Amino acid sequence: MQFLSNEAQTTPGGLLLALVVLLPFIGLLIGFALGAANTRRVAVATMTLGLSLAIAIAFSLLQADASLVYLLGGWAPPLGVALRADGISVAMLLTVAVVVCGIGIYARADFAMPSGAPEARAPFAFWLLLLAVWGSLNLVFVSGDLFTLYVALELLTFSGVPLVCLDGRGDTLRAALRYLLFALAGSLLYLLGAVLLYGAYGTLDIALLGAAVRPETITWVVLALMTCGLLAKTALFPLHIWLPPAHAGAPAAASAVLSALVIKGSWFLLIRLWFDVMPGAVTLSAAQLLGALGAIAIVAGSVVALQQVRLKLLVAYSTVAQIGYLFLMFPLAFDAASNSLLAGTALTGGVLQGISHATAKASMFMAAGLVYAALGHDRIAELAGVARAMPVTMLAFVLSGVALMGILPSGAWLAKKLLLDAASDSGQTWLTVVLQGGALFTAGYVILVLTNALRRPAGALTLAKRVSPVSEYAALALALCSLLLALAAVVPLPVQLPSAAVTVKDLTTMVLVLLGGALLAQGLSARPLFGSATAETGEAMGLQRLTAGVGAAFGQIDLVTRRWAVASINLIMLSILFFATLILGANS
Amino acid sequence: MSAATLFGICAALLIGLGLYGLIASPNPLRKILAFNFVGSGVFLLLGSIARRGAAAGMGGDPVPQALLITGIVVAFSATALAVALLLRLAAVTGSATLAEVQPAQVHEHADGA
Repeated sequence: MQFLSNEAQTTPGGLLLALVVLLPFIGLLIGFALGAANTRRVAVATMTLGLSLAIAIAFSLLQADASLVYLLGGWAPPLGVALRADGISVAMLLTVAVVVCGIGIYARADFAMPSGAPEARAPFAFWLLLLAVWGSLNLVFVSGDLFTLYVALELLTFSGVPLVCLDGRGDTLRAALRYLLFALAGSLLYLLGAVLLYGAYGTLDIALLGAAVRPETITWVVLALMTCGLLAKTALFPLHIWLPPAHAGAPAAASAVLSALVIKGSWFLLIRLWFDVMPGAVTLSAAQLLGALGAIAIVAGSVVALQQVRLKLLVAYSTVAQIGYLFLMFPLAFDAASNSLLAGTALTGGVLQGISHATAKASMFMAAGLVYAALGHDRIAELAGVARAMPVTMLAFVLSGVALMGILPSGAWLAKKLLLDAASDSGQTWLTVVLQGGALFTAGYVILVLTNALRRPAGALTLAKRVSPVSEYAALALALCSLLLALAAVVPLPVQLPSAAVTVKDLTTMVLVLLGGALLAQGLSARPLFGSATAETGEAMGLQRLTAGVGAAFGQIDLVTRRWAVASINLIMLSILFFATLILGANS
Repeated sequence: MSAATLFGICAALLIGLGLYGLIASPNPLRKILAFNFVGSGVFLLLGSIARRGAAAGMGGDPVPQALLITGIVVAFSATALAVALLLRLAAVTGSATLAEVQPAQVHEHADGA
């Protein structure tokens, strides 16, 4: 894996980094100027070019075997601003390009310009915002400077928020405003941290800071502030105040953008901050706090997901849970010998997890959107017959579910294997439990949806609308992408792979995960898998009453933590908690 | 007390006031104003850092000043977007409150089942 180098000149292929950021924005401006009739065409052209650019960058990175650098205007940091790309940023660039193209193909039918109408606002806005999200994400992945990253993150929020309220209904507008305001609170914390960092070290360049930062009070204050600001933008439980309504209310293609891509921006920045800017200032207890928050997110998000009666909300809460997964790598990457974060197995596993989630979750939201469009509703209990009516869509849903569970054969399985390896290496066995247990919950809600979709319908199932087969196959293709990531096991990976690729243990885990998931779904879902809905009202058994109570309790916790005042106080409390773990961890 | 310290304390006050408003006031417009309070505080802090880091013979360190201008533009765009959303929300729903309508499924879950 190539690390960010402190090279003070533009490398060959560096110009591509500037182009990959500029291209979506140029497309956006052209699309805006040409008007609604041509927006889609411009977007499609930009996507083709952008995907080829991302591939070109990957090739020049492999050829150069060192990170790519581009100095804007030829000015070297600290006065100038550098764009840099290492292995992780190029992997993310490629993923985002693929997912954006997949979403573009999916949305062709949904956001086509209605013939006859002179202008339609939603399609026009959707294609332009999609390009804006893409450009800002590319900027997040290649910026080498914390202030440029701040601007990129704000651009990302500004292009993500209108996606929530594309249809202009009151509740989606409210969700968008909540999202914007909470994200702004987070970005202020981040900006405050950046300002303090400049005051202390006189630069915001990541490579220069990485060499200059010392473990001292001001660094810990900055790390706590910036981390919490970014957590608010990533919507890690208990800061997920805006995510469920925003992601569930948006049109399916927009939800896929928000859930698969937008949250990855702030998550990626957090990786940069912890691994590249302050690897030496981090303490084990702070990293474990981050991992513990991730574990809580997995449990709470999954239990609440199982309670949902609507498919899109279920998928949105599954995102809350999956975000937790993305934070398990931080404690695993901590190296006790050097007392710092090391970019190794755990980081590779974590990034692979992020990539796998990006493709799988996009596919899952697309499938949920297709079901909604076809039935005219997405009540899980009334999905009977859908599997027969829309086999491709359900296949996409289940395959993306398999990818999220991290069982064979999927990219997340490989990611989980790397993380488990790191867990046993570092002796943090509680994370092994979290990693395996989380898969149970994921299996639970996938099985819940699948059994309902497989049920025989009472009467003939009438579809409200025929969905475009192109969209169905686009969802399937992204799910397959997520599965194919497992092939990364056979191409040279930057780290040592776990010994045997597929063992009996993997297969047993797979069976156990599926069985456990079925049990969880039976116990915790709003409507049990087996037995009819009427029978249960009669005699509720003791165990059932207990699980129902647990479910209701988590539902209440979710409602309370998503109140504005509670969430913002949590934000501040978490900053203090992070600071405490940093200062106490360093002194002990 | 030097000028830089005084401005630093003012910045801290502004940030504190803004954070309180952001948490405590239920009205979205006040939240947007509070956001601008915190923003101003951060910019003031950046300004005093620029002043403190001035090289000999210069009024201030130019880099933070460039960041400041960019930051103000970003904060302005954020405010404009938030106000536009708020106006639209008020026009569509007739009220400008952020409180979520209790999700329907909670009731369904409680009554039905």
